[in-house]
Amino acid sequence: MNGVVAHLPALLVVVPMLTAPLVMLLRPSGLAWAATTAASLCAFAIALSLTAAVLAGERPDYLMGSWPAPFGIELVVDAVNALVLLLVTGASSVALLAGARSIDSQIEHERQPLFYSAWLLALAGLAGIAVTGDAFNIFVFMEISSLASYVLVAGGPDRRALPAVFKYLVMGTIGATFYLIGVGLVYMMTGTLNLADMAERVGQVSDLRPVLVAAGFITTGLALKAAVFPLHLWLPNAYTYAPHMVTVFLAACATKVSLYVLIRFDYMVFQPNLAEHGLQFALFLMPLAILALIISSAVALFERNLKRLLAWSSVAQIGYMTLGVSLLTTAGVTAGMLHMFNHALAKGALFLAVAALAAGCGGVRLGQISGAGRRMPWTMGAFVLAGLSLIGVPGTAGFVSKWYLLSAAIGYGGYGPLLAAVIVLTSLMALAYIWRVVEAAYFGAAPAESTGRGEAPPALVVGAWAVALANVGFGLSPDLPVTLASKAAGILTGYSP
Amino acid sequence: MSGQATILAALAAPLAGAIGILLAGRLSANLRETVTLVTAVILAVVVWSLIPELMAGGRPALSVAEVVPGIEIAFRVEPLGMLFAALASGLWIINSIYSIGYMRGNNEANQTRFYFFFAISLAAAMGVAFAANLFTLFLFYEALTLSTYPLVSHKGDEKTIRSARVYLGILLTTSIGLFLPAIVWTYMAAGTGDFTPGGILEGNLEGPLIGLLLGLFVFGVGKAAVMPVHRWLPAAMVAPTPVSALLHAVAVVKAGVFTITKLIVYIFGVDYLFAQPSGQWLLYAAAFTIVAASAVALRQTNIKRLLAYSTVSQLSYVVLAADILKPLAEVGAAIHMVAHAFGKITLFFAAGAIYTAARKTEIGQLAGIGRRMPWTMAAFTIGAFSMIGVPPTGGFVSKWYILAGAFEADNYVAIFTMIASTALNALYFLPIIYLAWFGREPEGAQEHGEAPFPAVLALTATAALTVLFFFFNGPVIALERQLIEVWE
Repeated sequence: MNGVVAHLPALLVVVPMLTAPLVMLLRPSGLAWAATTAASLCAFAIALSLTAAVLAGERPDYLMGSWPAPFGIELVVDAVNALVLLLVTGASSVALLAGARSIDSQIEHERQPLFYSAWLLALAGLAGIAVTGDAFNIFVFMEISSLASYVLVAGGPDRRALPAVFKYLVMGTIGATFYLIGVGLVYMMTGTLNLADMAERVGQVSDLRPVLVAAGFITTGLALKAAVFPLHLWLPNAYTYAPHMVTVFLAACATKVSLYVLIRFDYMVFQPNLAEHGLQFALFLMPLAILALIISSAVALFERNLKRLLAWSSVAQIGYMTLGVSLLTTAGVTAGMLHMFNHALAKGALFLAVAALAAGCGGVRLGQISGAGRRMPWTMGAFVLAGLSLIGVPGTAGFVSKWYLLSAAIGYGGYGPLLAAVIVLTSLMALAYIWRVVEAAYFGAAPAESTGRGEAPPALVVGAWAVALANVGFGLSPDLPVTLASKAAGILTGYSP
Repeated sequence: MSGQATILAALAAPLAGAIGILLAGRLSANLRETVTLVTAVILAVVVWSLIPELMAGGRPALSVAEVVPGIEIAFRVEPLGMLFAALASGLWIINSIYSIGYMRGNNEANQTRFYFFFAISLAAAMGVAFAANLFTLFLFYEALTLSTYPLVSHKGDEKTIRSARVYLGILLTTSIGLFLPAIVWTYMAAGTGDFTPGGILEGNLEGPLIGLLLGLFVFGVGKAAVMPVHRWLPAAMVAPTPVSALLHAVAVVKAGVFTITKLIVYIFGVDYLFAQPSGQWLLYAAAFTIVAASAVALRQTNIKRLLAYSTVSQLSYVVLAADILKPLAEVGAAIHMVAHAFGKITLFFAAGAIYTAARKTEIGQLAGIGRRMPWTMAAFTIGAFSMIGVPPTGGFVSKWYILAGAFEADNYVAIFTMIASTALNALYFLPIIYLAWFGREPEGAQEHGEAPFPAVLALTATAALTVLFFFFNGPVIALERQLIEVWE
């Protein structure tokens, strides 16, 4: 590789990060939006070209400041994080493109440049976590993205976001600290921070107990950031009271990035070197995944605020991903990674549709969106389509991941059929909670104080439809995500001999 | 046209028609109905043009896309699917004529939406009919459920929504909860889900697991309405009558029993299943459904609900016939789909015509109605005779084949069930016919004549088909005999 192409992994982070301070100075706010969107699209284009390189069999890597690998910071892109990078940059771009009006109406004018600046920092942080191959660098980017996303979540007009974000901040900090303690312990034993180097050197450590303790800290810390049940308590309120577009952005990718680090770290560093660690990992995550699926889906069933309903559904859906990777089989990891991609598509479209509903109905409680199917047929159409994908109806992206999850569970042997039963049961619960919304929107009487506004801003509706149609597209020809996911699974399970 | 193009056209025609209906609906109602009729005719011509090739032993196939390795969206026309597609597409023409009379006669709201989703449902039914593997079948099976939901909930009032919820709830729960795991299991066990003559499970799965898989399939295909997953069918009767007539007497329910027959013939393999004692339970389940549903029908006072329970019972004839697992019975299963379709659509047409002309929905109100609506009640009588199996109606032909298969297998459960249910059918249909023709109308009854002309025309046509099928069933039987050539 030569020229700019060689620098793409670094540019992915550098472009949004350097645009961030610039955006802060731009007036009027429309200009700030344009610059942010341009930077985000630029990052998306870089992620696409990196993915193309990965699919062509390359493994783009980049040495920061040309310091050789174990000493300097190394950025590495393979199938595992290419998928995550696509989600991060894609979600940010779609939310910005579709949500200009929505952000404009929710954020005070003079603070918009600051808001966009925080957005870019969050984007740079999330992309940085995914792209770097250095354990401490991950922590740095994690802090950048977390601090920026606290600002984003608290930036909306809803004052209830403040206690939500405080909880988010405290729990997020605990998670990050746990992660740092874990990394410190491994560093103490191996003297390296480069993940690949670390994986080699842990094998030579004579006393593995501190490494095991490190594994505990890292897994717990990252599980907190990834909202793995029961460490999810910060998530529902943060998603509910955040500005709508922030919810679209973060719901599609933020927890998945932490989950990615969790998976990468464990499969790469700990499982090959700690005896029986795979089993410990599975025994830790699998019961939590099952609980997440059943309990969070049940909570979603009784939730009356649409955004919180979908947030609880997210906690449940994270359960599918952790269930997949906790099977430790190639099929299971494939299913888990695939569901990361497909869930981002479904939830992204759903939250976009909810933002549109909020614009048209003045609120997102079930009572407020009652009768919206008649006033906003396009918005609700996108909602139904994306909802079908979330349920896993054939022809949608959600079905593809359900298919892979079920195959992995049944092929697992032992109590695999029971896991399949859980997957099926929770899909039906998803059907029930999505259908409550559909019935309210199509058959409910419009509330009396209804303002009678029609469709939401066209950009939002078009955005929701574009992502909803992507659900159908990737449901009928899921080549890209399936190839990436199975390559990723091959890499992850390939670390252990 | 080549076979591939024809298959594609059969799927695309109703979809294109649906868009046409949507556009035409904004201009004028007449144009919209014209588009519906033209689409129905085009679909029927396209589908029926496949028959000569099938008769000659051809099996047109089309592979659209490989979704993931080993799992593709593909179509392959074989005798069972051909029959189902020909039936649904042919009856759609008659049903569209009837719909015009019914929907206008009752001043129904949202007629454009109604015709739109009707066309989509037909496209889904075509996909079910021509599916070449389990995955494709499931895809269109779910599409059929979802596209009929707006039709069932058409009225939109409280009671309708509750029933529509039952409809969607049962069909989606069973399909996602049981059918999908069964499909994934089959793919895992056999490595494929292609419909293959002779089945794909032999050597891959055996013993009690076969019975378990069959159970997942039979109750997962909720559209076949084997008890206890039959409750959605009476619930679906809140839909406008043309929906009950074509979808809940023909397309949707036949998609269910068609799927089960297809699974037995092409996934389990008739001979293989026959050799597995664990698959025998289905015979008893079907027999129970036939008798129990007839018994429930005896107690119904609402015409459409009675017909719905009669459908539940008649559907299990097909399941029973398929599970007798003898060549003649498989043919009987296929033919019964046709015979029951003609008879039951006639009965529903008649019930709808009575509602349109006289606003009557209960059996008790029918006294003497035969004199006011002679055409309608004559058609009703023919349809009822076909349900009972009285010659010269289509119902007799299929019962003949099923019984022949039952005797071939010395299957006394099946024989006894057939006899008992014939008696029960007679018990609940004959009193209605007697009441309608010979009952005395109460004093001061409302004056009314026949329903609008298109409705009467449609029900006369299907009644004629019911009788004609008794005399001219040769081509159908010749086609379905191809199913059993393996044995001969």
